[in-house]
Amino acid sequence: MISEQAKQQIDTWVAKYPAGYQSSAVMEALKIVQAENDGSLTSELIQAVADYLEMPVISAHEVATFYENYNHKPVGKHVIRFCHNISCMLNGADDLISYLETKTGVKTGEVSEDGLVSVKKVECLGACVGAPMFQIGDQYYENLTPQKIDEILDGLQ
Amino acid sequence: MNEVCFKNIDKENPSSLATYEATGGYSVWRKILHGELSPEAILGELKTSGLRGRGGAGFPTGLKWSFMPRNQDGQKYVVCNSDEGEPGTCKDRDILRFNPHSVIEGMAIAGYVMGATVGYNYIRGEFMEPYYRFEEALKEAYDAGLLGGDIGDSEVNFDLHTHLGAGAYICGEETALLESLEGKKGQPRFKPPFPANVGLYGMPTTINNTESFASVPDILARGGQWFADLGVPNSGGCKLFSVTGHVTKPANFEIPMGTPFSELLKMAGGLREGRTLKAVIPGGSSTPVLPADDAMKMTMDYDSIEQVGSMLGAGSVIVMDDTTCMVAALTRLAHFYYDESCGQCTPCREGTGWMYRVLKRIMDGQGKIQDLDLLMSVQDKIMGNTICALGDAAAMPVESFIRHFRHEFEYYIKHGKSMVENDG
Repeated sequence: MISEQAKQQIDTWVAKYPAGYQSSAVMEALKIVQAENDGSLTSELIQAVADYLEMPVISAHEVATFYENYNHKPVGKHVIRFCHNISCMLNGADDLISYLETKTGVKTGEVSEDGLVSVKKVECLGACVGAPMFQIGDQYYENLTPQKIDEILDGLQ
Repeated sequence: MNEVCFKNIDKENPSSLATYEATGGYSVWRKILHGELSPEAILGELKTSGLRGRGGAGFPTGLKWSFMPRNQDGQKYVVCNSDEGEPGTCKDRDILRFNPHSVIEGMAIAGYVMGATVGYNYIRGEFMEPYYRFEEALKEAYDAGLLGGDIGDSEVNFDLHTHLGAGAYICGEETALLESLEGKKGQPRFKPPFPANVGLYGMPTTINNTESFASVPDILARGGQWFADLGVPNSGGCKLFSVTGHVTKPANFEIPMGTPFSELLKMAGGLREGRTLKAVIPGGSSTPVLPADDAMKMTMDYDSIEQVGSMLGAGSVIVMDDTTCMVAALTRLAHFYYDESCGQCTPCREGTGWMYRVLKRIMDGQGKIQDLDLLMSVQDKIMGNTICALGDAAAMPVESFIRHFRHEFEYYIKHGKSMVENDG
């Protein structure tokens, strides 16, 4: 269920915590298996992570459902996480989100038909001096304008 | 400006070890490794400096460190709170990106003072660029023999690890952060016991904000009194302020405590042409909003902001001009707390939902004039009645927006639309 490569990655996190406290690595372990499963989790994967870290499966489920970074439904290859909190809102985030929805034909919370993108409205991403902004993968894109959004979308494959 | 945490921000490769050491970085840590600096002396300087917790609570850092049972047997921990998520706040991100070694040195010094040999830096899960920068710096520090066991035959031990969050504002609350570090959902713990007695894995632990740790090396290198004198009484030193919203040049500024707000506003380029100042949230979304007249009276320090009716918080200044619909702004904030409430305490879990739904009803043109009293009643029942400060943080915006801008809410309810033409 969990690949050898994923296990190795999980082990580097387990090594950071004292012996017997390997469940501290559960948050990263879930992210690692989620990434291997095209960006979303399943009950089987959560069970496998719990087994691997020798922790109660209910505890792994609690973590998987408490934190926002885990997806429980399939997502696009690129998840566009658009901040719509106060500093971004004051700088026109709502209009840009509508623009993005129109441009991609994908409503927030949905996935494009070709599976390339999904759009998600998220709470403050901590880049307020660069508002309005969104995140794709590890990358933050700041000071967004319709033109900048066009360019970013054109670069997605 | 930019004297401490940001002193290398305009240099080439600001985050590198070479840049950090070129401006005196790790000199304090090396003194410790050579046995030239005692924990007592460090605590004394920190208390003199007037450094207060930069994450929002403003608790004196020196005093906090002195609570740790330094000589108690067993493992102790030092934890850095880089779970920056308060709307309007983005300073720790820049410290991690541009001055990560100051955080490492600050944490190592803290470990030495408190007898903790292991540290964790809890970075929010979305901060991947800051995480990579911090990891790079950590590797540099290990390679340079500045961290690890029996460092340079000094008998000083300090290991530092990074932990990543996974998207939960509540984990910025220190006991929720500890739960999360232990691999659990981030629900705050009852206090007492305080983390200094029962913290990470049940062991004594001290948690400080990124900026607090990053300020420590310079305070000790240049003296507590030097730092204190940068600021004003009761607000020692300089501090990072994130100025965002309706200003022409939003940015982070490291300025002396006590700087007039009007000057900070100018640094951020002032308002857009033809606009006038309507309101300011001075310390992040959890602090009460101030009308323009009150904001223009304040200086950027703990006491002055309290005198005009708000709090310095994390130094996150959200500027709103006359095009802002206060009903829409509050609804946005109410949604945030509704979304981020951890669900543990009934007043917060239910109350944040009620506040958001009632505000949404007003925005949808379905509001009733009694809704304003209902909102005030709900926020009052949350205030002070929850385990952690998120409840108060959700209540204060509602109370202050309605108190200062009641006429806008009444207009919206009566007319089913905003009294502000250019909403946004």
